[in-house]
Amino acid sequence: MKCGHSTFVPGIYNSKSMKKLTLIVALFCTTHWLFANNGINKDSIRSFPMNEYVYKSGNTNNPSADHSKFAILQQPFASAHDATAACLSCHTERDKEIMATSHWHWRRSEKLEGKGVVSLGKANIINNFCIGITGSEATCTRCHIGYGWTDSSFDFTDPLNIDCLVCHDKTGTYKKKPGGAGYPAESVNLNFVSQHVGSPGRENCGVCHFLGGGGNNVKHGDLDIAMLDCSREVDVHMTTEGENMSCVDCHITEKHQIPGKVYALSSENKNRTTCEQCHTDKPHQSTILNEHGLRVACQTCHIPEYAKANGTKMIWDWSTAGRLDEHGNPMHENDADGNHNYLSIKGNFVYNDHVIPEYFWFNGIANHQLITDKITTIPVQMNTLYGSYNDKGAHQKSHAPAKIWPVKVHRGKQIYDTVNMTLIQPKLWDKESGKGAYWTDFDWNKAAELGMAACGMPYSGEYGFVETEMYWPLNHQVSPASESLKCIDCHSRPNSRLASLNDFYLPGRDFNPIVETAGVSLILVSIIGIAFHAFCRIVFGGKCKIDNP
Amino acid sequence: MKKVYLYKKFERFWHWGQSLLIFALLITGFDIHGTTHFFEYGQAVTIHNTSAWAFLVLIVFAIFWHVTTDEWKQYLPTVKNMKAQLDYYLVGIFAHAPHPVKKRTLSKLNPLQRITYFALKIVIIPTMVITGLMYMYFNYPIMEFEIESLETVAIIHTMGAYLLLTFLIIHLYLITTGHTLTSNLKAMITGWEVVDDEDVKDIVEEAVEVTGLKIRPISRTRQSHEELEELVLDALHETETKVKNKKLKGQKK
Repeated sequence: MKCGHSTFVPGIYNSKSMKKLTLIVALFCTTHWLFANNGINKDSIRSFPMNEYVYKSGNTNNPSADHSKFAILQQPFASAHDATAACLSCHTERDKEIMATSHWHWRRSEKLEGKGVVSLGKANIINNFCIGITGSEATCTRCHIGYGWTDSSFDFTDPLNIDCLVCHDKTGTYKKKPGGAGYPAESVNLNFVSQHVGSPGRENCGVCHFLGGGGNNVKHGDLDIAMLDCSREVDVHMTTEGENMSCVDCHITEKHQIPGKVYALSSENKNRTTCEQCHTDKPHQSTILNEHGLRVACQTCHIPEYAKANGTKMIWDWSTAGRLDEHGNPMHENDADGNHNYLSIKGNFVYNDHVIPEYFWFNGIANHQLITDKITTIPVQMNTLYGSYNDKGAHQKSHAPAKIWPVKVHRGKQIYDTVNMTLIQPKLWDKESGKGAYWTDFDWNKAAELGMAACGMPYSGEYGFVETEMYWPLNHQVSPASESLKCIDCHSRPNSRLASLNDFYLPGRDFNPIVETAGVSLILVSIIGIAFHAFCRIVFGGKCKIDNP
Repeated sequence: MKKVYLYKKFERFWHWGQSLLIFALLITGFDIHGTTHFFEYGQAVTIHNTSAWAFLVLIVFAIFWHVTTDEWKQYLPTVKNMKAQLDYYLVGIFAHAPHPVKKRTLSKLNPLQRITYFALKIVIIPTMVITGLMYMYFNYPIMEFEIESLETVAIIHTMGAYLLLTFLIIHLYLITTGHTLTSNLKAMITGWEVVDDEDVKDIVEEAVEVTGLKIRPISRTRQSHEELEELVLDALHETETKVKNKKLKGQKK
């Protein structure tokens, strides 16, 4: 008896074939359900354990209050401080949270190898961009989440000095005044802004983190204003064509503490934002790729290049600053892409885009060249990244193994004290000329004297320019998986991306010259020997020929 | 000239499986080493590791076979006829001299083969297996049991690869030194080896001897040995009669 759909003809079926049909239908339904269900199960197994991420970031999209309905925000504000007071009248405890953050203090306690615990941050660190804020606070603190930090007298304990709006503005109209010590520009309507507040978006973070260092993408190389609206190729997470994630989706914030830190300022391996927090430490289906993760940072393969949309500053030579035009005025020159390559106030720059990172072993611990430190190596390492192949973590000096990281290296040439052998913090900015700021008066000696005095540091009166290097481990602008590095990018003899990391054996790149020479010789000798032997067999009558049937 | 069934089914399967795997391992191995570029790097690694595991399984079966069949004794090195064999390859072969060492069921290999294959089995292959496993499992120095550096392991593994490749090249050439250019190859494919007529007698004798050796009196007395001799002679006689009357199993009438 046949079975299947073809046997079913209305009118002639009996109870037996009916039973069979029911069975077939049931079986089909079951298998279909099983397969469909299987699909769902499989997906859920393969998806990342993102519960926490969904839970926390999901909240931000559903504001529980419409701030435009609050009367207190409709009163005219005499000053920005009044707006803050209005915020704090409802959010009564948030000021304490803010004032416990490094966004507020621009410093935190960091343990530096050989230097113990120091209080370190933007407030007092030296870099090889604009060097440091001391003496020039009023312009630098345009990026501070406060109002009125003009010098060391700023009151970090006054809650009314907090600028809530710079981070929580959702109107896009809030702007801080240049040289205004963090106060908003006159054009800002504080009522309008305070009535339209919400969780910080990428615009809020970006205004400082994209534009730090005096222009777009100058410092990080992987934080660019283009990331407000970019393609998958530029940033697979933040792309407006897809995931459309904002900064705080990864930098999951609690009590205003925003995790994730940049090693331009930090030195300890803690409080970091990681790929693993969403992707786990075994994100690949291939075991070998997952094992790579033991010693290779995700970023190494998945950020094959940086500055993908706009150029980033690669070199900054302060020593050429001060050249004025024929009228004695400061001037600028641009490169072919429209980026400055010379500014009288800052010297020469080199910008580059689509830059291939340099690679370093990094165990999450960094050191810093402080203004009190003697210069011992040239180029001066502004923030040494520690780690080596042999730094396996756990029982070594770090608790995490060093991994290979992609790093933007910013090379500079900046002012230092040739007698005291320390870096110099010059006073760069002032509202008006004649007060010794370099950017107005172009006198290095005076600027150095004032800047060092503001730091409480001695200045010998002799200065020079020294080469420096600053290291920026890359984290953003993750490329789509299809663009990530291929095995051969590192595992190859010519052009290995890891050519500079020579403290370990890398298959495909490394070999022992003696073994290679001996091996190849052995093979050549056998081939030549065989050729000779075969030749003789043929010439001397060839046993083979005679015996061949 | 006769053909004698010399290489058993498993033996041939093992030989050709091994040759295929070693070939795959060599090609992908040198890809991974950066010498050649036959495959995409990741692919080469996958093929190399898969072949390695297949090889390990084959090795386990081969060891079992060698032990249970006593075939391992074929690989015990001997210096007997070593010089004669060398002389043959260096001189005799050009003057159509006969092979100095005859192939026997119990001694298929000449002294040079014995020493070479013995070294392969005892030194090279185990070295490759051990360094290969270390390469696979301890290459990231983070595990509890870790190697300080991959370098030593990798270099030894590479040395082994060069030796194996050298062996393979010479081995392939020596295939052509049989009775004819291809008789050795055919023998390893079909199991049937071409043998001179006078050798056939030796091989049959050897077979009877082997069978005789596998019969033993319950107690070791002189008398029973004599009984055994009688038994063997009787059997031979019976067989002779069978052959004459064309009643041997499978014999054409």
